[in-house]
Amino acid sequence: MNAEVRSLKTPAEQALTEIFTAAKARLPGQGAVAALRADAFAQFDKQGLPHRRVEEWKYTDLRALWREAKPLASPPDAKAKDKAKAVGQELKGIDCRRLTFVDGAFVPELSDLTAESGVTIRSMADALAGNDALVAKHVGKVNPAKDPALALNTALMGDGVVIRVATGVTPNKPILLVFAGTQAASVFTRSLIVVEKGASLFLIEAHQSAETQTNSALELIVADEATFDHLKITHAQSLHLSSLLAEVGAKAKFNTFAFTTGSPLVRNQSFIRFSGDNTEAAIGGVSLLKGREHVDNTLVVNHASHGCMSRERFRSVLDGEARAVFQGKIIVEPGAQKTDAKMLSNALLLSDDAEADNKPELEIFADDVQCGHGATAGALDEDLLFYLRARGIPEKEAEALLIQAFIGEVIDTVAQESLREPLMVATVKWLQARG
Amino acid sequence: MLLEVKNLHVEIEDKKILNGLNLTVEKGQVAAIMGPNGSGKSTLAHVLSGKPDYTVTEGEVLFNGENILGMAPDERAAKGLFLAFQYPIEIPGVATMTFLRTAVNAQRKARGEVELTTPEFMKAVRDAAAHLQINQDMLRRGVNVGFSGGEKKRNEILQMAMLQPKLAVLDETDSGLDIDALKIVSDGVNRLRSPERSFVVITHYQRLLNYIVPDVVHVLSKGRVVRSGGKELALELEAKGYAQYKEEAA
Repeated sequence: MNAEVRSLKTPAEQALTEIFTAAKARLPGQGAVAALRADAFAQFDKQGLPHRRVEEWKYTDLRALWREAKPLASPPDAKAKDKAKAVGQELKGIDCRRLTFVDGAFVPELSDLTAESGVTIRSMADALAGNDALVAKHVGKVNPAKDPALALNTALMGDGVVIRVATGVTPNKPILLVFAGTQAASVFTRSLIVVEKGASLFLIEAHQSAETQTNSALELIVADEATFDHLKITHAQSLHLSSLLAEVGAKAKFNTFAFTTGSPLVRNQSFIRFSGDNTEAAIGGVSLLKGREHVDNTLVVNHASHGCMSRERFRSVLDGEARAVFQGKIIVEPGAQKTDAKMLSNALLLSDDAEADNKPELEIFADDVQCGHGATAGALDEDLLFYLRARGIPEKEAEALLIQAFIGEVIDTVAQESLREPLMVATVKWLQARG
Repeated sequence: MLLEVKNLHVEIEDKKILNGLNLTVEKGQVAAIMGPNGSGKSTLAHVLSGKPDYTVTEGEVLFNGENILGMAPDERAAKGLFLAFQYPIEIPGVATMTFLRTAVNAQRKARGEVELTTPEFMKAVRDAAAHLQINQDMLRRGVNVGFSGGEKKRNEILQMAMLQPKLAVLDETDSGLDIDALKIVSDGVNRLRSPERSFVVITHYQRLLNYIVPDVVHVLSKGRVVRSGGKELALELEAKGYAQYKEEAA
């Protein structure tokens, strides 16, 4: 039997074909953009939804898990927009420039569009429709990955944000992108961010949705000597696929962290390429899961240049029948000598039915490098629990203290210190809700 | 009588460790428990504090007249039982200060007492820590993380001072201590001696008992108390060794 032969399309695949066929004429952008969409859809159509025999999706069998693809979302009404106001509350202590997207559409009236020198902000839908030069230059071209979820996003991309931070500029405030999903529909957001030479950007994404199926992608260029700090908070009660495609220059600082709770099916995939020398990167994440929640953090970190350092640290806490997937691939290209790349994934299993899948992969084509990986999955240490309980701390409280400590160790590595407290508070809140 | 251990039989993984142990500790008494390796000293300490993994097959343990064998470790602690661990555990990510405060207030809550306010708690910690030469940096660090052997034992005594138990079981607190650390730890214990508080001091060596002078000494062998006497019994053991008790029990 040839595993590549697919005779039948799943209902979700059929629905996606129908959605694309019906929508392609009215999706933003023509000419090159329309061609990009058509190519991407053809690529998706050829591959279909990824399944367990596709190595990159081995533990997240989208073909089996995604039963029904919902129709594209309509423009949000006033009630939907209202719901977006509550998203990102955990970050209220941080003074941000807030940009709001509801059901995939940019909402200017809920966004701070105050002019700032060296900072350009534009809606992706407008940019696509208006042949924006930056978008024409980069969209679909930043560290491109052959991935079916990304191909779908490219085919159906609607709105999102385009941000350019000019050479040497640091915006006055962090930028908070709020993505609120309110409709039982699908949303394909696409963003492009260019942080030019020596500039710096502190970007937070807060994703929250009820029944909205989300496929979001962010293309990111971090130029030489630039700094990029990134947090993505995801609380998605329906399918959530997210792709980060990043090209990072020389002597840059690149920090990204994914915090995920309360989500039945999330895939955060990051494709990061270090194309300049001596860059430092910290890539991390925390997933707090219960019930039948499933969160997949998949990374492809490509050291394509000399002397870059990357640290990947992921931790998950799994209760009930929850499942956390960590796939970390580090590629060291020929000539990327003095690469220092390490990844670590630790899962704490609070139940016998929880599952952690860790898959580190190293592809090293240079000979003077330091690469390492480690993964653990285990229950709370009985001796630690006994020590706490012998001091009078009841079982649940002792467990919470140890879980908090386990997560705290990773949160303490988040480069932007202002994020640590809100993330700890969110962790404690999750623990309290657990009971 | 504060503690009455009656005919206690304990197994771990089908191996019998305690074989009908009887022991009583009066209120305000300091009882030393000595014995050769493998005689069941640490098992007794663990069973008293409620460590899982041990199976009590017979007997009872009365604490203030109440059988505590069915109680969870935290319930026993709230009733006033404290174990100073032979090997204190490192808890990365839980600051000593947070740990102490959580423990003190959890016990107070379990007893229906009001929780300590932050200033009350801070003052109590500062006073107790100063006596034990524990500095602020150690209090901020994760529990026992990066502590030397002596610092870990001092931290046990700090916890005891904060929790003010009715009965403290010290499990080989002297092991791994140099003479200076031994003095600091012993002073810490002696400062807490009172007519209202009892101690069970488990040790292999007589040396500790020069600093923490016991009211009574019990010799444990093969899971039973085989001899009891005054503090002079410890000196006799030091001179003659445990050989006779190993044979006696066999």
